Amino acid sequence: MLYRENGQFKTSYAADQQVFTIAQDKWFVLGVIAFAFIGVPMLVDEYMFRAILIPFLILSLAALGVNLLVGYCGQITLGAGAFMAIGAYAAYNFFVRIEGMPVVLAMLLGGGVSAAMGVLFGIPSLRVRGLYLAVATLAAQFFCDWAFLRISWFTNDSSSGSVSVSNLKMFGWTIDSPVDKYLFCLGVMVVFAVLAKNLTRATVGRQWMAIRDMDVAAEVIGIRPMYSKLSAFAVSSFFVGVAGAMWGFIHLGSWEPAAFSVDRSFQLLFMVIIGGLGSILGSFFGAAFIVVLPIFLNQFLPALGDLVGISISTAAVSHAELIIFGSLIVFFLIVEPHGLARLWSIAKEKLRLWPFPH
Amino acid sequence: MSRKIGDVILDLQNISLRFGGVKALTDISFNIREHEVRAIIGPNGAGKSSMLNVINGVYHPQDGKIFYRGAERKKMEPHMAASTGIARTFQNIGLFKGMSVLDNIMTGRTLKMKSNLLLQALWFGPARSEELAHRRKVEEIIDFLEIQHIRKTPVGRLPYGLQKRVDLGRALAMEPQILLLDEPMAGMNVEEKQDMCRFILDVNDQFGTTIVLIEHDMGVVMDISDRVVVLDYGKKIGDGLPDEVRSNPEVIRAYLGAGH
Repeated sequence: MLYRENGQFKTSYAADQQVFTIAQDKWFVLGVIAFAFIGVPMLVDEYMFRAILIPFLILSLAALGVNLLVGYCGQITLGAGAFMAIGAYAAYNFFVRIEGMPVVLAMLLGGGVSAAMGVLFGIPSLRVRGLYLAVATLAAQFFCDWAFLRISWFTNDSSSGSVSVSNLKMFGWTIDSPVDKYLFCLGVMVVFAVLAKNLTRATVGRQWMAIRDMDVAAEVIGIRPMYSKLSAFAVSSFFVGVAGAMWGFIHLGSWEPAAFSVDRSFQLLFMVIIGGLGSILGSFFGAAFIVVLPIFLNQFLPALGDLVGISISTAAVSHAELIIFGSLIVFFLIVEPHGLARLWSIAKEKLRLWPFPH
Repeated sequence: MSRKIGDVILDLQNISLRFGGVKALTDISFNIREHEVRAIIGPNGAGKSSMLNVINGVYHPQDGKIFYRGAERKKMEPHMAASTGIARTFQNIGLFKGMSVLDNIMTGRTLKMKSNLLLQALWFGPARSEELAHRRKVEEIIDFLEIQHIRKTPVGRLPYGLQKRVDLGRALAMEPQILLLDEPMAGMNVEEKQDMCRFILDVNDQFGTTIVLIEHDMGVVMDISDRVVVLDYGKKIGDGLPDEVRSNPEVIRAYLGAGH
């Protein structure tokens, strides 16, 4: 009843090409963002920030990057963890080696290096596709695991192999407390989400989707496969690299290569598959699902056990967590292979007609 | 623009195409004149689609020369052919299934869009105004093809006849010099065929686009084409005006079999 676009007419192509053509959508999203900036810092405790919100924001940024490549351009990748690592270590090197380097600039440069490496490791995509490409990108993962462990220049010759950054300042604002970190991540994420949305509705985004859906036809109408695929790799790796730099600088503070192992690559790929391939919103759903659900199960299972009078040991909880988590993924993929984003759009379709479905 | 058949725009000389030991095309020569409707006919497997694929650079013939507007065309990739003004539609519909009708037709404008990636990411300045200007052109095509009501629909949900029409729209968005149509009327009912014929003739008449058409419906071919070339087993067996081709004994034998 509330969700209707009746009477909202568009009189120009500019109005018709907006991100949210339905006014209710626009106000809802703006409301959510305003709440995230103003309401959440007043309501939430420190644990929540550290354990859930900051990882969620950073991983959703990385998932967004992966979604641009896998969901929009159709090039499957298992090297997302590697590009996070490249972003993190490149940003670290810019930060410690260059005197007075601003944090934000170091992160963006880290993303830039990651983009360049993304193009390099994306070259196989011009020849191979599908599972074969996945294996080729896996090479990036193993190469980076090795390089950041063995080549001590990357870690500024640190004896333990782990690197750390501290004293993050931006325009006189010290990013120190969890609230500061949360607001910083949220700001970055909103900006990048807008950029991603713009790219996907512009000509480059259409070229990516054309390559994904029917590459022969795409080439016949004048789309250069090389430019499209490599630009997708570059943009995606840039997003993932910035997310990696944030994961190191903001979330971890000090880290070693294991923080960006192949597990991370798989996790990011699962996020976009569960969230919804080819959907900006889906990246956030997927990240939320994968970050929040294990923590929720962890808290919820013992409480449930107490309720029925069984005390569940910590080991049992962590096992059950994996079992339930795995089965939920399978369940979602069977029920809705297009991900949570599709469920969301079906819900909106239904809501438009509610309460009179005919 | 009134239609007047001009000079030879595309000249194919002695084209041969092999896939391993299979000869798809053998020593085929014919030409296409500006603004004409040129039909390629022949039984299944005669090499008609291969011929189109040679023209727009998907296949590279082993022998033969292609002259485009008098200049010899060297090795050619599909996107290069597209940038010289050759567009095509597909026999089994090559639309982008995940995208809306509008976006599908907008992809046809890709070659004409010049703004860089950064401006597109910011949706700012030239990128934005370019997007809107091309939207205007695409809307003209949507009006022309009478598909206004489905512009926001994902093409995967459309019936076959409309998908064919969108396929034509995407090719038209390129504002091509030569439009290659690979069986535009296959699988259509009579009314849909009539609509499609009307669109093809309108395109030819209004925009002066040269049209190369593969079609099995002889009635349609004889009605709308200016000249017809007939292929059989990768060889050219007839070439000329529709009436000449129809009375050519070799063509009759290829279509009806030797005993008749």
